[in-house]
Amino acid sequence: MDIKRNYYEDIELFKSNTILVWSILFLIFLAFLPWLITTYRPLGLSIYIVNLITIHAIVAIGLNILVGYTGQISMGHAGFFALGAFTAVILIVRWSFPLWIALPIAGFVSSAFGFILGLPALRLKGPYLAIATLGFGMTITTIIKHMEFFGGRMGLQAPKLYLFGTPMKDIHYYYVIMIIAVLMTIGAVKLIKTRVGRAFIAIRDSDIAAEAMGVNLTYYKTLAFAVSAFYTGVAGGLYAFILGFINPESFHLIMSITFLAMVVVGGLGSIMGSIAGAALMTFLDIKLQAIQDIPAIGPALVIFSEKYMSIAGISNVAVIVYGLIMILIVLFEPLGIFGFWIRNKRYWKTWPF
Amino acid sequence: MDSILKTENLTISFGGIKALNNVSFEVEKGAIYSIIGPNGAGKTTIFNCISGIYQPNSGKLFFKGEDITYLKPYQVAKKGIARTFQNIELFSHMSTMDNLMLGRHLHMKTGVWRGATFLYKGSKAANEEILNREKVEEVIDFLELQAARNQFVINLPYGTRKLVELGRALALEPEVILLDEPSAGMNMEEKGDLMFSIQDIRDDLGITVLLVEHDMNLIMDISDRILALNFGERIAEGLPEEIQKHPEVLKAYLGEEEKVA
Ligand SMILES: Nc1ncnc2c1ncn2[C@@H]1O[C@H](COP(=O)(O)OP(=O)(O)O)[C@@H](O)[C@H]1O
Ligand SMILES: [Mg+2]
Repeated sequence: MDIKRNYYEDIELFKSNTILVWSILFLIFLAFLPWLITTYRPLGLSIYIVNLITIHAIVAIGLNILVGYTGQISMGHAGFFALGAFTAVILIVRWSFPLWIALPIAGFVSSAFGFILGLPALRLKGPYLAIATLGFGMTITTIIKHMEFFGGRMGLQAPKLYLFGTPMKDIHYYYVIMIIAVLMTIGAVKLIKTRVGRAFIAIRDSDIAAEAMGVNLTYYKTLAFAVSAFYTGVAGGLYAFILGFINPESFHLIMSITFLAMVVVGGLGSIMGSIAGAALMTFLDIKLQAIQDIPAIGPALVIFSEKYMSIAGISNVAVIVYGLIMILIVLFEPLGIFGFWIRNKRYWKTWPF
Repeated sequence: MDSILKTENLTISFGGIKALNNVSFEVEKGAIYSIIGPNGAGKTTIFNCISGIYQPNSGKLFFKGEDITYLKPYQVAKKGIARTFQNIELFSHMSTMDNLMLGRHLHMKTGVWRGATFLYKGSKAANEEILNREKVEEVIDFLELQAARNQFVINLPYGTRKLVELGRALALEPEVILLDEPSAGMNMEEKGDLMFSIQDIRDDLGITVLLVEHDMNLIMDISDRILALNFGERIAEGLPEEIQKHPEVLKAYLGEEEKVA
């Protein structure tokens, strides 16, 4: 071979200058996003909603590493989310840890439990693993609920945090959350492209071949759970602070399933898809709560629900619409939003350069 | 005789069927050693026992004198034994390059932290990645897989996939390679190329080859020794010309033809 290949090219974060320019523009956009939102309120977004989306994006990336890349399933990620949230709050309230130490610890506590949950995963597949992880999620929230240490049924108040003497508001959290999210996204992209990520994908595509090529299945399957739980734990820690209050009841099964839906809707095995899925599902969830305000469709649905459903019907209609959107996306685009992106990439890749 | 791989009375059964019954053989270092036999004779089962996917009910396996009978598949790979599968087991949603890079798994060290945090060209993870990509490129050149380099395996024709699987095993830089029907599904030309590749693997790379094949011409041409199995029993072992004339072997194959007819 006479042309010397640039092997670094394959693993570079910015494969071309086009991507580099877009990434920088996107970071600038993120820096000004709070200003945009408070000034123009596009789509009725608030900084709080964007924060929630960003936190969910971290969870979705973590879950996608496990489900989309390693091919394992988890219906218990609300448990890891809760572990992260409660660990961060307790560290800060009881032992006055600073946030920047409490968050990684929250991640590591969560990932330690991920490792433990990963052990049964070695023997279980498909529906059996789904049930085991579901049991895990339920057990964690039940334990938290019944221990005084975690505030019991009442939950815990997240402490007010201060930044240079002033109490932190949504906009301050925005920058904290966004910086962490950007770093963790880059981390995930890099991880997937290097040795560990390849081992994960190999296990998904053919565990028997992966093992025959020297991949220690025990280690890498549990590692996938641990990494996934780390992402979710850190996100849980952030969640506690934007919510201001955490209650074990809120980390329920539906939450775990919603996380899974974000990953599937966004695109299994895609980091960018995870973010898109988290954004769409979170946005819909919040917006559909006010479904009656949507022009034209809203009032029609109100009439429909008043006619055919109970008095509290409109919230049911919101859930039904949410479910329908999920079905439609999965039905028409099995690769999720990511699949849609791939098909239209040729167009976007060169625009406007 | 300098044997690199040795089995002693390998026996394994599945629900009453003896897939292997007291099978012993020895493979000389640097040999092309073939295992033949009708369908269901137990050829793949031998490979599965060697690579740790099955554990024999009794009997022993030695690699360079060391007992490897109860090692797990990844430990067997670590010892230097790589393999391909009869029904291709590739990572179909990875590119050819990445499939072969997985073959480098054991030669690399990058873990979660180093992998997730490397950002610049001179970092350890990047250096390791580049070094191993160069190694993989050699394998790609060796098997002439350049055209498939950046394609997803799922989009490749069957014959090419077989080669990618062979490449992945070679990327591991094994001392022994187990090839389970590598020419299945290939056309005559591809088969010819494969035959030369197998000889090069032994001659140029110095890898001992264990081969399961149905193509008798190919087998007789390139094998140093042959083991013939039928219903899990060793029926003959020896040089190609001995096996070709062996009455038991002829009987086993004639029997099969009668069944097919
Ligand atoms: N995992 C298994 N479960 C049940 N039977 C098996 C298994 N693996 C192999 N066998 C049986 O062992 C015998 C030998 O199979 P195999 O080694 O695949 O034959 P071949 O010589 O065609 O490669 C066959 O009867 C097969 O059905
Ligand atoms: Mg076979």
